[in-house]
Amino acid sequence: MAFTPLLAMVRKDLQLFFSDRRSVIVSFVVPIAIASFFGSIFSGPSNSSEPAKISIAVVDHDGSAISKAILSGAQGDRNLKVATPAEDEARSLVKNGKTSVAVVIPKGFGEAAGSAFFGDGEKPALGFLYDPSRNVELAMVRGVLTQHVMEAVSREMFGGEQGRTMVQRTLPQIEASTSMPANDKRLLIEMLGSVQKFYNRPEGTTAASQPRGITMPYTVKEEAMTAGANVAYNGYAHSFAGMAIQFLLFAMANIGVEMLLERQRGLWSRLRSAPISKTTLLLGKAVSGALISLMILLVSFGFAMIVFKVRIHGSVLGFLGISLACAVMASTFGLLVAALGNSPATARGVTTLAVLMMVMLGGAWVPTFIFPAWLQQFTLIVPVRWAVDGLDAMTWRGIGVTGALMPVAVLAAFAVAFWTVAATRFRWTEG
Amino acid sequence: MPFVANTILNIQHLRKSFGTLVAVDDVSFKVERGTLVGLLGPNGAGKTTTVSMIAGLIAPDNGDVLVEGARLTGDTDPKKRRIGLVPQDLALYDELSARANLRFFGALYSLSGAALDQAITNAMTLVGLMDRLNDRVSTYSGGMKRRLNLAAGLLHDPDVLLLDEPTVGVDPQSRNAIFDNLETLKKRGKALIYTTHYMEEVERLADRIVVIDHGKVIAEDTLDGLQSRVAGVGGGRATLESVFLTLTGRSLRD
Repeated sequence: MAFTPLLAMVRKDLQLFFSDRRSVIVSFVVPIAIASFFGSIFSGPSNSSEPAKISIAVVDHDGSAISKAILSGAQGDRNLKVATPAEDEARSLVKNGKTSVAVVIPKGFGEAAGSAFFGDGEKPALGFLYDPSRNVELAMVRGVLTQHVMEAVSREMFGGEQGRTMVQRTLPQIEASTSMPANDKRLLIEMLGSVQKFYNRPEGTTAASQPRGITMPYTVKEEAMTAGANVAYNGYAHSFAGMAIQFLLFAMANIGVEMLLERQRGLWSRLRSAPISKTTLLLGKAVSGALISLMILLVSFGFAMIVFKVRIHGSVLGFLGISLACAVMASTFGLLVAALGNSPATARGVTTLAVLMMVMLGGAWVPTFIFPAWLQQFTLIVPVRWAVDGLDAMTWRGIGVTGALMPVAVLAAFAVAFWTVAATRFRWTEG
Repeated sequence: MPFVANTILNIQHLRKSFGTLVAVDDVSFKVERGTLVGLLGPNGAGKTTTVSMIAGLIAPDNGDVLVEGARLTGDTDPKKRRIGLVPQDLALYDELSARANLRFFGALYSLSGAALDQAITNAMTLVGLMDRLNDRVSTYSGGMKRRLNLAAGLLHDPDVLLLDEPTVGVDPQSRNAIFDNLETLKKRGKALIYTTHYMEEVERLADRIVVIDHGKVIAEDTLDGLQSRVAGVGGGRATLESVFLTLTGRSLRD
């Protein structure tokens, strides 16, 4: 193989790429800007800052001790930001997207909930007005509110005025009952009598002054499975991997379209008239494309490392291997575009769609775990999925070099397949 | 067909078909050093396909291209260095300077270093663009681009130059400059094959004329020889255009 022509091909393509200011900006600046934006969204809160709170409204039509306790509990919850507007205003806030959920506590809720607590009363309805576009937040509010309602109702029933009144009212009714079996009657009177003794115990002893209701019988110890115990998840690692791959694919697709334009302009005729093999000509394109792709990837990650403290917690060798395999895959994808595209215009349209599909399915925009199970399996045929997962593994997941072997092998297989199709299908002359 | 010592290029029975369309059918002719052969023919006659086979861009179904008696074979045949192509399209990178273009095209023939620089100087001096060497091609006029297109085909100092309609779209001054360049090259012993639609160009430049129609050579002669085949108006000398129309017919081809 003649190296002087090959090197000349590579040098010329790099000159052409860097002479086009628009290409440079689109390939280097835009992915950094978009990845920074996505990274700030998906990084989650830092260790020092408060978690993002869900805005809810609570409308208390009841005004009972229980409803006030529910409101108080919600206001003290670190996950909620609570407003207390009138019901009409609450509806308007939800409808206009200002608030995710409005909780409406109806009149008589506390009384009915207290009765229902011991099992014989009708359960009252807690109203939830919600924004249908924010179902996830609705589910979270429902879970958080369950805790506060149970605490408020149980505390009131075991230590509050409403609980005392209910026992005082119920005991005579049981004693007077003629229909209840004698044994049941005796046991129930004993139980409620014990509850009354609990209510009437001297003040200042143990928890009498601070009645507690039913509380969560456990706490949660959370541990993020990142590269190490002291290594926080850095969402920028994923967003920069995804965006860099997206834009290097766009850059390579553009190189494929440029090849079609070069064919239209007769440049391939001139190149082919030289004593050079077709393989050398295509290889020149592949090498220059791979170099440009590698530069896009490394510049993006370099920026992320300096500005957003993204680190390679896994294997540096594995990271470089995946980057190189990804660059070669993208480069041969550009050749594929040139081989299958009939004209520059149609190739540009089709490849834009193809690249967007690949990056979307490959998890470059959003992680693939949110996909349905069948789609997660399906996306294994998308090279971007292997590239993104591989780079995630080498950065924030902190997996060693063995974690890079499969992504590198799969990306290399894609590159071989793309090259084979390109080398056999590329038309060297127009018409 | 016996080999003639002065013949640099010998085209023998070239045939090329695309599906059922026979684009070139048994085309044969020779080109001698220091001469220009005009390849004339209507649109779709097979001129460009013939030139493409000579340049090694497409492989013939049958027939041979002999360079000084040796058969041209394959993409990497070193004999391709003996041939230069000036394509009909302006095969240049507009975004790069003329120097960058020529450095690239020269490197395709493994030229490098001082040899490449000298080749660039020679080619650009010949076409009169040396003072614009470092300018981007996008800043060139159409005529200048045509001359640069010619220079790119000359870099590796080929013995045979294939010129596929090299004056399309240029003004009379640039066309004249290109003619002067070609005359100079002929004097240096280069063999030229020149395809065109312009009869006056062939009348001025060609030593021999090959007329191709429907993929076949229908006449091959000197200008005088062709003109003597057709009677001129009023018994005078026939123009090349009337000869061409007599040979190829007057029906429209496009």
